[in-house]
Amino acid sequence: MAEDYILELQGITKVFPGVKALDNVHFQLKKGEIHALMGENGAGKSTFIKVITGVHEPEEGEIFLNGKKVVFKEPKDAQKQSIAAIYQHGTTYHHLSVTENIFIGHEKLSKYGMINWTQMNKDAKELLEKLGCNINPRSIMGNLTIAEQQIIEIAKAISTEAKIIIMDEPTAALSKRECEELYRITEQLRDEGCSIIFISHRFEDMYRLASRITVFRDSQYIGTWGINDISNEVLISKMVGREISQIYPKQEVKFGEEILKVEGLSKTGYYKDVTFSVRKGEILAMTGLVGAGRTEVFHGIFGIEKIDNGQIYLDGKEVKINSTLDAMNAGIGYLPEDRHKQGLILDWGIGDNITLATLEKFTKYSIIDRKAERQRAKELAEKVKTKALSVFDKASSLSGGNQQKIIVAKVLNSDLKVIILDEPTKGVDVGAKAQIYEIMSELASKGYGVIMISSEMPEVLGMADTILVMKEGRVSKIFEDAKNVTQEQILEAAMNM
Amino acid sequence: MNNSTLKKFFSDNVREISLILVIIVISIFVQLRSGGNFFTPENIADLFTETAILAILAVGMMMVIITAGIDLSIGAIMALAGMIGTTILKGNQEINPVLIILISIVIGTLCGMINGALVSKLRILPIIATLGMMNVFRGLTYLVSKGSWVLQNDMSRAFLNVATGKVFGINNLVVMALVVYVIGYIFLNFIRTGRKIYAVGNSEESAQVSGIKTERILWLVYTIMGAIAGFAGILYVCKFGAAQGETAVGYEMNVIAASVLGGVSIAGGTGRVQGVLLGALLLGLLNNAMPLINISAFWQEAIRGLIILLSVMSNSLIQRNVEMKALRRRNI
Repeated sequence: MAEDYILELQGITKVFPGVKALDNVHFQLKKGEIHALMGENGAGKSTFIKVITGVHEPEEGEIFLNGKKVVFKEPKDAQKQSIAAIYQHGTTYHHLSVTENIFIGHEKLSKYGMINWTQMNKDAKELLEKLGCNINPRSIMGNLTIAEQQIIEIAKAISTEAKIIIMDEPTAALSKRECEELYRITEQLRDEGCSIIFISHRFEDMYRLASRITVFRDSQYIGTWGINDISNEVLISKMVGREISQIYPKQEVKFGEEILKVEGLSKTGYYKDVTFSVRKGEILAMTGLVGAGRTEVFHGIFGIEKIDNGQIYLDGKEVKINSTLDAMNAGIGYLPEDRHKQGLILDWGIGDNITLATLEKFTKYSIIDRKAERQRAKELAEKVKTKALSVFDKASSLSGGNQQKIIVAKVLNSDLKVIILDEPTKGVDVGAKAQIYEIMSELASKGYGVIMISSEMPEVLGMADTILVMKEGRVSKIFEDAKNVTQEQILEAAMNM
Repeated sequence: MNNSTLKKFFSDNVREISLILVIIVISIFVQLRSGGNFFTPENIADLFTETAILAILAVGMMMVIITAGIDLSIGAIMALAGMIGTTILKGNQEINPVLIILISIVIGTLCGMINGALVSKLRILPIIATLGMMNVFRGLTYLVSKGSWVLQNDMSRAFLNVATGKVFGINNLVVMALVVYVIGYIFLNFIRTGRKIYAVGNSEESAQVSGIKTERILWLVYTIMGAIAGFAGILYVCKFGAAQGETAVGYEMNVIAASVLGGVSIAGGTGRVQGVLLGALLLGLLNNAMPLINISAFWQEAIRGLIILLSVMSNSLIQRNVEMKALRRRNI
């Protein structure tokens, strides 16, 4: 065990029901370095962090601090060893003050065991001044910008006198100027002797800050390099370089006329000036980092959330969409990302789920014609090749892939022109993925306009005719000819290297 | 105080200031309409005495709601604790009233612990868990009383004096409410455990990651609520001079209303002792004032409901405004 590593993890394996989130992972952190940890979504970075901070206890593997073996059973154990983390989805208390957010869990007490607010406010002010920012410690956390909240989280880490600070995608939601501020603070911390693990998708963060890089992919450790020992291309290939083993049954389709067009779609704080169009038979993939505003745009188009500005045209005619019913009547179908919350009623039968959105078609004088409804449900279920015994089976009895197919069937049931699939293959196994791609391909060949929101590069490249990349709420780039696009180009557009 | 700190003071205390304004406006209106019958020493003393028990309960309910929970069983706990306390008193007239009160608090605490265990350990939704226990506690009250009442002449003079007696000219109940508020204020603002309640209510996940034992906090708030309900229950039967199966039926709704009026968000995370006190006062004021100006009893309920709705609406409008400001600053 080399003594110059302040933190070392060996052979860490963490299993969640059904998934191996970390598989025999290694990591070494030197004293006083900024170490970048990189990898795609789902590579296991966030779980890894939670192992270091004692939130998760690994099934296998050992953690060493300054060469000594330690075991973290709960967050308090790691805190006692001066480890602090700034989580990706902030762990802030929105309704509480800045001071309280900084000191929660280790409040300063007066002689009588009472919380000493005067002292804490003073200390918070000093701490923030030391970090070079002028935030009133009495402000309410929720009223600050995301960048300011990040700084508060850093202040919180410092206030615990942390020696090891982990930052999980701190720049994901920051503007360029805000990033500079964060870089400055991070470097200041390093110069004061902290060791920092910096997780980011942005290459500029890493080049600017880190001295070494470790890459995870598919829950596994890929390697560690000095910042100057690895080229950009090699690094990207290490990050994404899985073989495209799945088959993408993409059919050649001749595009028809433009079917959906949106112009200048905006919603304050979420997206701005989004303009694009889809033709009949075209598959448009929309990609970008998490939080770039992709899903929000389609919530706007589908009438789930109100848009502030912009026009939506279907078949060349402008349509006003104020509700999901408007959208469905106009011929837009949407398959939500979160199947359980938004897509299916799990306790209902398959048939009832399929026909739910179009019950009025089987309804005469307010009475549902159950026979016609069931017949139609059966046809559609067969069309999407669901492996279910009957339309009476509960939706909850199906696998993830088959549930997704039911949602497709549900959308097919209405008079559809455009179908939007939000992360259609998230959490389904490879076999079901291939079937979903097949359905997508078939939909396109039948003349529907297909839009797929996806973070998975292989499926974006494998299925799309046109690729739209979003970044920070805006359209970063549209690749008209998806065949000649590389992953690197897409990553570049998503992150603006 | 310069201009900007004054502005900050107003924006920090919007809720309390607007409640005080509403209370003042209604008071003046009632004073004029009732021909000066409102601002009399007797009526004001009456108003505070009538509000005291409601106000005491609202502190406990606030803590529960801060954790994004709710407790529907408190009316039943009040009845059970009051019934057991006075039943013991009935058989032993010479017992010290303080002991009776303590017994009732212990009974309330036990009830609260059951609620807390259901919510924190078994992870039953608070509304369901406390709805179920509400019926259980109410049923127990009938079992204990065997369907009969404990009446005023079954209670000792010393016990009845608890509700009518005075300290320095102030009614005992009002004094007790003030003590509860001072303790509540200190607990929630200056004691670590109290602040943890807010942390859990803001984000249970964050609290867990920060090393706070969230289950324990959840259990604690329901237990405190139970203890307070037991305390309020015995005061309630003492004040009305009767304990029965139907004691305080539906009273939990008044308490929830007072908390919400006082700015406690049902979504959890926010709420202040000062606000809740004003919320309880406003509710008490409405109850006191409407008969004074001859508003028909039929209208009183509806008007009260309307005022609660208006206040919650204004609250969510303020909240939305704040969120919009934050979104604009993202500059997207």
